[in-house]
Amino acid sequence: MIPQTPETTTGHGDISTGVAAPTAGGDSNASATRITPGNALRPEDIALEVRTGLTKPSEDIAEYALRLGDDALILAQRLGHWISRAPELEEDVALGNIALDQLGHARSFLSYAGGAWDKSEDDLAYFRREHEFRSVQLFEQPNDDFAVTIARQFIVSYYQFELYRRLTESTDATIAAIAAKAVKEVDYHRDHSAQWILRLAGGTEESRRRMIHGLRLMWPYVNELFQDDELAQRLAEAGAAVAPSSLREDFDRLTGEVLAEAELEVPDVPAAPGGGRHGRHSEHLGYLLAEMQVLAREHPGAKW
Amino acid sequence: MSPHGNPEVPASSATEIDRDAQKVSAEPEASASTTPRPAVDSAANQPVETPAEGRNAWGLWEVFVRSSRGLSHVHAGSLHAPDAAMALRNARDLYTRRNEGVSIWVVPADAIAASDPDAKGSFFESPQGKDYRHATYYTKSEGVKHL
Repeated sequence: MIPQTPETTTGHGDISTGVAAPTAGGDSNASATRITPGNALRPEDIALEVRTGLTKPSEDIAEYALRLGDDALILAQRLGHWISRAPELEEDVALGNIALDQLGHARSFLSYAGGAWDKSEDDLAYFRREHEFRSVQLFEQPNDDFAVTIARQFIVSYYQFELYRRLTESTDATIAAIAAKAVKEVDYHRDHSAQWILRLAGGTEESRRRMIHGLRLMWPYVNELFQDDELAQRLAEAGAAVAPSSLREDFDRLTGEVLAEAELEVPDVPAAPGGGRHGRHSEHLGYLLAEMQVLAREHPGAKW
Repeated sequence: MSPHGNPEVPASSATEIDRDAQKVSAEPEASASTTPRPAVDSAANQPVETPAEGRNAWGLWEVFVRSSRGLSHVHAGSLHAPDAAMALRNARDLYTRRNEGVSIWVVPADAIAASDPDAKGSFFESPQGKDYRHATYYTKSEGVKHL
């Protein structure tokens, strides 16, 4: 995934001015006049641990990390499409930031998952086929207009927050560490989407109509987020993961509060059949992957 | 409402929205269409059309960021936002992406009164040449201790 984001290609040490070497990481050697990138967990750290054999996920854990990584990766690709297309420059950057947060989570999860099969994050992102992706269908749904994107963000961020919040206590140290970094970022994504739900719902007649439409378009995919299966159950019993169904109550309560404040109803729509966790996707994923993967497949190993 | 002033407090929940936050009118004819920049020139009395009139009814806000090692908030730039709550969030997204700050202030640009650049002479030239206002002007008298 490295060629995709200028922000990550530059690497840790070059992000800010004044940081002399890639080794300059934390606050310990920071001065008053330079800005440091901080010393949070990075995907590169996980990749290094995996490469040096310091950590290696079990088959089950890798499969689980692949699911979460794919969710984040597909969403990042979707959100990235807003760059230069958002209604306002400020919102352009906000959605771009959220996309980069998600891409960071994806890189961490995929780097970790790849450890089980001797694959890099790029192998997993660019050289798998549609039915090998494990993301749930909500994440691949098209951006459509801004309200539709906000509806998707609203569902995703409230779901991910509940998930990551619990995963910080995972018995798998790497999953717990990735979740601990991600949960703070996703907390902001929740805030961002909730603010927009309230504003679009309480704005003009047109914005309210679009917000209701967006929620109705996305809500069929909510159910799939909370479906348990064998793998999730097995890992949940071992304490490494959480059963998706256990997140539902908090999700319903918290999203319900925001919707009530916006004077919106929880859409009464039938649930989509789902199946993304087992490689069954909606018609949209293929096109998304074609765009995301074409460059890496045309020029394998290319860097710029 | 100070969701991001304190790094110990995570991003606010939606219930913290300040509904009384200053709103900018969506009417293009309303006062929002006058330039919200500080009145720095004599033409400022005339309503000046903003670019993208009508489409962009968001007001202009000035952003001040305090870095983790800085004592005071420093002007970082400006942005557009429909109200204070969104201005804070936009400021977070635009001006703290590279770990620049731990606290943000946003101020409606039209709430800032600025000195007139054309009046530079009468405003700022008077202190020039008045060396006696600086401590270095004075020579230490003999026998004075602790100076």
